[in-house]
Amino acid sequence: MNITIVDYNSGNISSVINSFKEVGKNKYDIKISSESKIIKNSDKIVLPGQGSFKSCVEGLKKIDGLTESLNQFVLDQKKPLLGICVGMQMFADIGFEETKTKGLGWIPGKVSKIDNQKGEYKLPHIGWNEIKINNSGKIFKDIRDMSHMYFVHSYEFIPEDKSVVSSTTNYSTNIVSSVEKNNIFGTQFHPEKSDKTGLQIIENFINL
Amino acid sequence: MLKNRIIPCLDVKNGRVVKGINFVDLKDAGDPVEQAKIYSDGGADEICFLDITASNENRDTIFDVVKDTSKKCFVPLTVGGGVRSVEDINKLLNCGADKVSINTAAVQNAEVVVESSKKFGSQCIVVAIDAKKNDKMWEVFTHGGRNKTGIDAIEFANKMEASGAGELLVTSMDRDGTQVGYDIDLMSKISSKVNIPVIASGGVGNLDHLVDGIKLGNASAVLAASIFHYGKYSIKEAKEYLDSKGIPVRI
Repeated sequence: MNITIVDYNSGNISSVINSFKEVGKNKYDIKISSESKIIKNSDKIVLPGQGSFKSCVEGLKKIDGLTESLNQFVLDQKKPLLGICVGMQMFADIGFEETKTKGLGWIPGKVSKIDNQKGEYKLPHIGWNEIKINNSGKIFKDIRDMSHMYFVHSYEFIPEDKSVVSSTTNYSTNIVSSVEKNNIFGTQFHPEKSDKTGLQIIENFINL
Repeated sequence: MLKNRIIPCLDVKNGRVVKGINFVDLKDAGDPVEQAKIYSDGGADEICFLDITASNENRDTIFDVVKDTSKKCFVPLTVGGGVRSVEDINKLLNCGADKVSINTAAVQNAEVVVESSKKFGSQCIVVAIDAKKNDKMWEVFTHGGRNKTGIDAIEFANKMEASGAGELLVTSMDRDGTQVGYDIDLMSKISSKVNIPVIASGGVGNLDHLVDGIKLGNASAVLAASIFHYGKYSIKEAKEYLDSKGIPVRI
């Protein structure tokens, strides 16, 4: 199996690479690339994302043909893609970090700042928090409900269709901590930094 | 519910741990990778390396340590010490650090914080504040506590939040190494003045000090070194104790 981690200069992806290599051992071919040809020939894609929604979207666009090949992979070829953190947020139509920015539009919805209830909750939401799993989540096979995952973010993805939400996390409100829509998977938390449970989720994605 | 974090910190010099974990079953008492792995297996919520390498020739040793650790530990890794520029931060992140802590450089030039948080995201920029109490204020010190600056730590904390820091690691120099507990006043004052998480550091001697740091100091996370190094307490014991005191932790 070919797994490609998309490198589009959106911050540090070495932890994502390390975790996939740890889980995949030498069984899978794990590439780091942004080339259309490699993406097209991959079986699975991982879309990481750090920094702001705006800078990540801009990072994708800067690479010629990248957005098109991702669209093709997800919408035409319908192969599995996992977005992590801002990588997931970019599934939305629109984001409001820094300025209003158009997302990939794969899952209708918006990305806006977490309501910190006038400073009652610290932002960024940093640290380990529990995920309440909806029974539909394929990447949560063998994952206990209310498992702890590592989060670092100030913005949340709000999909229009709530049926795509595969888990939520309580911080100020019930934040969407993961989504699943057909072949599109996303986590707001960082499975690559969530210890053994996180590695299990990565393995589940690989085994889909 | 968001859990309070326990962060063990290891001092690394020339690529080796100084004051490491004093366990009999350790193959190599000075290997930072092995020790970080023991902490992460024991339930540490994050690992912190403080590079105290004095000479420039040996600076690169920390990069190898970070590279090797990030291949074996799958919890967040923060690295601090000797971070001077955006390029230094970039290098550490590329080696596998998840966060970089900036101290002296942030005081000398806040632009480093502004620029790096824009470039890499606030989530990976931790500003470390070393403060010492005098008659008027808690004063910020730089260069590993050697140089005084005349800067008020609370004002500085506000400035760093505005500059884009994602977290503040606050160390009381009066308490550091004393094992009498965190400077609760300092922690709670800073925590109430900023909206970003505060990590309390300096002075932990027993598990009640961790409880106080969170309950009274309002810290989001507690960092400690020596109580874990010499096997006085394990991470697991610390977490169970906090849990018994009603503090939410990941167990």
